[in-house]
Amino acid sequence: MADSVYKFHGGLHLDEHKAESLTQPLQVASLADEIIIRVSQHIGEPNTPVIETGDTVKRGQLLAESSAFVSAPVHASTSGTIKAIEERAIAHASGQKAECFILIPDGKDEVFEQPENSYQKNDLQKSDLLAMIRLAGIVGLGGAVFPTAAKLTTAIKHGIKTLIINGAECEPYITCDDVLMQNNAADIFKGITYLQTILQPEQTIIGIEDNKPAAIQAMQQALADTSLANTRVTSIPTLYPSGGEKQLIKLLTGLEVHSSQLSFEIGILCQNVGTCAAIAKAIDECQPLTSRIVTVTGPGVNNPGNWLTPLGTPVSHLIQLAGGYKVKQPKLIMGGPMMGLTLESDQIPVVKATNTILVLDHLDQPEVNECIRCGSCTEVCPVQLLPQQLYWYSKTHQFDLTESYHLFDCIECGCCSAVCPSHIPLVQYYRHAKGEIWQQRKNTYKSDRARKRHEFREARIARQKQLDEERRQQKREALAKKKAAEQATKATQSDNSPAGQTVDAVQAALERVKARKKAQQVDPKNTSNLTDEQQRQIDEANARRNKTTADDA
Amino acid sequence: MTTPSSPYITPSASTNRLMLNVIIALVPGSIAYIWFFGVGLIVNLIFAIGFALLFETAILLLRKRPLKPYLTDYSAIVTAWLFALCIPMHSPWWLIAVGIGFAMIAGKHLYGGLGFNPFNPAMVGYVVLLISFPVEMTTWYLPLQISADSLNIVQAFSYTLGLVDIQQWDALTSATPLDQYKTSLGLNMMISEIKQSPVFGDFAGVGWEWIANWWFIGGLYLIFTKTIRWHIPVMVILGMLIFSVSFYIVDPDSVASPGFQLFSGGLMLGAFFIATDPVTASTTVKGRLIYGFMIGALIFVIRRWGGYPDGVAFAVLLANMSVPLIDYYTQPRVFGVNPPEDH
Repeated sequence: MADSVYKFHGGLHLDEHKAESLTQPLQVASLADEIIIRVSQHIGEPNTPVIETGDTVKRGQLLAESSAFVSAPVHASTSGTIKAIEERAIAHASGQKAECFILIPDGKDEVFEQPENSYQKNDLQKSDLLAMIRLAGIVGLGGAVFPTAAKLTTAIKHGIKTLIINGAECEPYITCDDVLMQNNAADIFKGITYLQTILQPEQTIIGIEDNKPAAIQAMQQALADTSLANTRVTSIPTLYPSGGEKQLIKLLTGLEVHSSQLSFEIGILCQNVGTCAAIAKAIDECQPLTSRIVTVTGPGVNNPGNWLTPLGTPVSHLIQLAGGYKVKQPKLIMGGPMMGLTLESDQIPVVKATNTILVLDHLDQPEVNECIRCGSCTEVCPVQLLPQQLYWYSKTHQFDLTESYHLFDCIECGCCSAVCPSHIPLVQYYRHAKGEIWQQRKNTYKSDRARKRHEFREARIARQKQLDEERRQQKREALAKKKAAEQATKATQSDNSPAGQTVDAVQAALERVKARKKAQQVDPKNTSNLTDEQQRQIDEANARRNKTTADDA
Repeated sequence: MTTPSSPYITPSASTNRLMLNVIIALVPGSIAYIWFFGVGLIVNLIFAIGFALLFETAILLLRKRPLKPYLTDYSAIVTAWLFALCIPMHSPWWLIAVGIGFAMIAGKHLYGGLGFNPFNPAMVGYVVLLISFPVEMTTWYLPLQISADSLNIVQAFSYTLGLVDIQQWDALTSATPLDQYKTSLGLNMMISEIKQSPVFGDFAGVGWEWIANWWFIGGLYLIFTKTIRWHIPVMVILGMLIFSVSFYIVDPDSVASPGFQLFSGGLMLGAFFIATDPVTASTTVKGRLIYGFMIGALIFVIRRWGGYPDGVAFAVLLANMSVPLIDYYTQPRVFGVNPPEDH
C-alpha cells in the first residue's frame, strides 16, 4: 500500500476500546418478543404506513413508504402480526417519540415473496439498479441515513470521478463495519460493483483505518478475487475523525470539499461499507434492508460483541444477548462515545442508523471551569475552527459572530470537548447556537413573509383607494363639465331665443309624454265591461270594506 | 442538562492540573533564587500567596461565587508566585498587599475572574508598584555569594513586617546587573568597563544567570507536559535574539551581549511563565508567534531605549493589549473555506 495518504488538521488519538467487542465472532440475534419498527428511518420526507393494525406480514414486506424523491421505504424485519401503530420512544436528542409499527413475531420468520419484477438479472441497467436500491429502502448506514437511491441519482447528474468506500470506522468502541468487512468482504465488493455500474467512476478507493488489519486483509483478498479495475484498498492512519466524509475525502484524494458544497459537486461520492453490502443483498437476493450488524459494547455490558440484528429489535433484547448489564446505573448510548445519542431507556428500537449500543457506567459530570483560552481545542479541531471563540460567542448569545467564525462548518465530532481541560461541553454550546440560529432564521422568514404580506395588503388597499379616488375625481370632473356645458347651453339659449319659445318647447315635450302615456294606459281588465249585477256587487264589497276600515278605526 | 450530549469522554487534562504543573515548574528556579539571594523569597511567597488567597476569598464572597472551585484551581497561587518573583526581596508587607490586591481585584476579578482578564494579573500588580513605589521597587540585594552578610528567615520576616530597623542592612543592597548597565551606559561607559563590576558573572549577572537557567529548564518541563506550547517562549527568545544580535554586531561597545540579554532580568521567566499565561495570550498558532516575537522585541526596545532597566512586564501588558487584534487577523483558514486550488 504505497498509496499516498494526505492529512487533515487536528484530530485525536483516542483509546480505541475496539478489542472488547471483537472477542466473540459475529452472531445472529434471536427474535425479540416485540419488534418496534419506526415508520420513517431516513433523512427526508416522512413515510406513510401501507399496512394496518391487525395485518399479518412477512419478512421483507413493505410497511411504509413515501412517494417523495428523498425517502426510503420501511419493511417488516420478520413475519408476524402488526399489533399496533403507535407512538414509541425513539433515539432522539431530546427524547422524542415517533410513529412505530409494533410487530409481534410469529417465530417462523417467513420471507415475503417480492412481487415479480421485470428486471433481467443478467442485464441490469442503471435505472433498474437505482429502482431496486430505492425499493429495498437502503439508506446510508454510516449514520447519516440519507436515502441511497436519491444520493446516487443526484450524484449521477454531477458525474462521479472518484467513488470512496468508507470503512474507516474511526469512533472508539464501534466494530460493526470491521466485523462486516471481515465476514462479508465479498458482498461489499458486489455492492461496489453495482455502484460502479451506476456511477462509472474513474477510480474507487476503499479507506480503512490501520487499526483494523484483519479487515484490510479480508478486503484486499476479496478485491483480488474480483476483477475490479481502478479499485484499491487504502489503509489510513488511525486518527479520529478520519471517517468524517470530508476528512476521508481529504485523506484519500487530497481534495478539500468546499464548506458550502456537497462532495459529489466535486465529483466524489462516499458510501459506507455497510451500505454496499445492503445494496448487494437488495439486488442479488431481492431482499430489502431489514437487518444490520450492531455492536453491543462498553464497560456496562458483560459480553460485548456484534449481532446481526433485525431492525426494530429493542435495545433491551440486545443487552440480554450481550449478557446483561454489568453496572448498576448503565448509561445507554446509540452510536459511539464521540457522536452518539443518549438513550432514555432500553425500550428504544434498533433503526437503520444504529451501528452501536454503547453501555457506559453512569456518567460523572466533571466539574466545569471557566475557559482559560488554552487553545487545546484549536489544535484538535479537524475543521480548524477556533472553538474557544465559538464557545465565547455562543455563551454570550452573539450568534451572528458565531456564524462569522464558521459555526456551521462544525461537524460536531467532539474533539474539542474531549480535550478541554475546563471540561466545558463545547459541542452542546454549538448545537444550541445552531438551533438558535435556525430558529431565528425561521422566525425571520416567517416575520419577513408576514411583513411582506402586510405591506402588500397595505399597498393594495392604498392602490384601490387611489383608483377609487381617481374614478371619483373623473366623475366629478365629468359632472362639472356637463354642468358647465348645460349652463353654457342654457346661457346660449336664453341669450339667443325668446323665453316663451323655450317654455313652449318644454310644454310641447310634456304634452307629448302625456299623450304617449295615455295611449299606453290600459284599463284594468277585470273592471271593464262589467254587467250591472257585477258592478253592484263590487260596489257593495267596497262599501263593506270601507265600513270595516271605519270600525277598526 | 439532565441528558448530556456527546461526546461522553471525560478529558484527562484539567485546568487545576495545568496550574499545578506551572507551580511544579517554578520550584527549581525558586530554589536557585533562594540559593543565590536568600530566604527573602520565602517570605515574599508566603505574604504574596497569603494576600492573594485572602483577596480572592473576599472578592468571591462579594461576588457571591462558590469558594471551593475557585480557591482550589491554583490560579491565585500561580499569580502570587510570579508576583513574588518579580518584586525585590525584603519588600515591606504593605507593598506586597497593594500589588497583590491590585492584581487580584483590578487585574482579575473586576474583569470577571479567571478566564476573562485581558491583562496578566501578576504583571498588573507589579507595574502598579513599579510606577507608584519606585524606591521600594528598585531596592535589590546582592547575591549571597558576593554579599558581606545575609538575613536569616526570622530577620527576613521581621524586616518585611517592619519590626526591625532597616538601616543596618542597607549595605547589602545593590543595583541589579540590568540596572547597572542602564546607569553606566548613561554615563558613557564601555561594556568592558561595566563588566568589571562584581555583580557580573560568566555571561550575565551573578546568580541571575543560573536562576534564568532554571526557568528555562522549568519551561522545558511545561512544554514537555503540554502545559504550554513552544510557540510563545521560542518567539520571545527569538525576538530578543534578532534585535540584540543585530545591535550587538553593529555596536558591541554599548550594547549588552545577546547572552547577557537572555539570561538577565525577567526574560526567561517571562518567556516561559508569564507570556504563556493562556488567558491573556493569543490563541491562534500564527497569533502566538506574533505575540511572542512582539514581547521579545519590546523587551529589547524597553531595555535599550526605555526608562526602565527591564521591560518584561510592560512588554507583556502591551502584547496583552494587542491580543484581540492579533487573534482577529490570524484566524486559521477553516477547512473547506477558500481551499487552495492545488493540493
